[in-house]
Amino acid sequence: MALFEVHGLTKTFGGLAANRDITMRVEQGEILGLIGPNGAGKTTFFNCVTGFYPPSAGSVRFQDQEITGWPPERVCQAGIARTFQIVRVLGDLTVLENVMIGAFLRHPRVPDARRKALAVLELTGLADRQDQMARNLTIAGKKRLELARALATEPTLLFLDEAMAGLNPSEIHAAVAIVRRLQEQGITIVMVEHVMKVVMPLADRIVVLDSGQVIADDVPERIAANERVIEAYLGEKYRAAS
Amino acid sequence: MLRNRLPQLALVALVLFLLVFPTLFPEPFLLRTMILVLLWSVLGLAWNIIGGYAGQVSFGHAIFFGLGAYTSTLLLNNWGISPWLGMLGGALVAVIVSAIIGWPSFRLAGHYFAIATIAAGEIFAVLFRNLKWAGGAVGLYLPIVRGDRLVDFQFNESKAMYYYIVLGMLVATALVTYWIERTRMGYYLKAIREDPDAARSLGINVTRYKLYAMVISAALAAMAGTFYAQFVLYVSPKTVFPLALSIQMALVAILGGTGTLAGPIIGAAVLIPMAEYTRVYLAGRVGGLHLVVYGLLIVLISIYQPGGLMALLRNWQHRRRQRKLAQAAPVTAPAGGMGDGSV
Repeated sequence: MALFEVHGLTKTFGGLAANRDITMRVEQGEILGLIGPNGAGKTTFFNCVTGFYPPSAGSVRFQDQEITGWPPERVCQAGIARTFQIVRVLGDLTVLENVMIGAFLRHPRVPDARRKALAVLELTGLADRQDQMARNLTIAGKKRLELARALATEPTLLFLDEAMAGLNPSEIHAAVAIVRRLQEQGITIVMVEHVMKVVMPLADRIVVLDSGQVIADDVPERIAANERVIEAYLGEKYRAAS
Repeated sequence: MLRNRLPQLALVALVLFLLVFPTLFPEPFLLRTMILVLLWSVLGLAWNIIGGYAGQVSFGHAIFFGLGAYTSTLLLNNWGISPWLGMLGGALVAVIVSAIIGWPSFRLAGHYFAIATIAAGEIFAVLFRNLKWAGGAVGLYLPIVRGDRLVDFQFNESKAMYYYIVLGMLVATALVTYWIERTRMGYYLKAIREDPDAARSLGINVTRYKLYAMVISAALAAMAGTFYAQFVLYVSPKTVFPLALSIQMALVAILGGTGTLAGPIIGAAVLIPMAEYTRVYLAGRVGGLHLVVYGLLIVLISIYQPGGLMALLRNWQHRRRQRKLAQAAPVTAPAGGMGDGSV
């Protein structure tokens, strides 16, 4: 039994189908890469499965429970956390307060939430910036803070929406190390990513979306050789590079 | 040493000053102004819970103030029920009404919530103007009770008791705010203010927490309403339901500094005497001039201190700390060096 299953998920906006009949599963403990060209429907998919959009059709199951159409807060309470493509840190609060707000979900008392938040900040390498205002962080810092905040809710399954976009190589290196550490801790991860160099070595399996549909679902090596994927997304350049 | 304790000493001095104020200044105008400052501090703090911490700007809070005033007055006039019980009754009515108003309007984003609260406020003003059993547009007079007993909540010999009651209410309201600020609730409200979608993604039931903030805020405003009714012994739609009252509640909190404990109190301490003195000294000379001056002062504060007066205080504290750090830095560095040398 898979940890997370999506069956026939469709999301339409007016006449436009952003997601069409998506069926996929996520196994316990894996890192699943979700890739696709711009406008393929990756973020819409994230919003549908985390409760931000009600799906037009189809079902979402998590830990043998039907969670289709649940509101975001309930999805999070069930153990699914997410980050946003465009960062949504709580700018007027400190880094520590941001993470505490995540930690309160499982630790209602302030001292407990603070302890949990400090541990997460340590893990994500933000401990030395805990008293900074979140809005003063760099883009890399903000992305990391969002990850930390999501982690503080103690998720079983974590959705990362372009957590590496806009980061420089050394920042990406640090972020990859964090993601690996999370996997070692038993957290299952689904990551939408544009940076191929990151997702190829990191993911156990890759699902490719194009025009709102799944066009491939395979291990990274075979994805790189898949004709349809190359045609739809990777293009000549990537083939030449690899 | 002494300098570090300055804030605590100032607080103790302030508390002592507030306790002996009616003895020091028994002069009626001054005492009345002070009572209004404390009353508006309570109202500013009440508004601040939903408008400041949770960031849902309401321009309809006169509804709850008015319901508090009317509930206790109607209970007293019709059934002789003590205003103290009436105060609790008013709070209960306000809780129910605020939940009914809040539930649908919390779905409205940003400015539309503010607009919805203005509309709701106008509905209540019109409603009470037409309710015959609540005195209609004329309003209700409260029966005068002689003897100045605490149970009657009416003091005609000396206004000092009103002062102490409203001071007690301010302490209680400040404690409620302090409790919110120090618990998960306060953090959640701030998260909702900053980004409701991010808050939801972290498992926060945004509607439920807005509702908590709204009902607490409404209950406190209603209790202030009962106090006001007992203080002026008259309630009418014109005095307890006007839009201007709702706006003033927001102004006190915004000018003082929203989302802070001290902000609304500072706001009231500056704004209310300003309003009272401009009224007393200017209203008699040129009609409406006091409102112009009052408005001008508000505009000046908004331009030069958009973060509220609390921001001014915080900047000043920040600069002081920076100065202290700058002074301390060159001293600590050689001290460390000497430590190394002695080993």
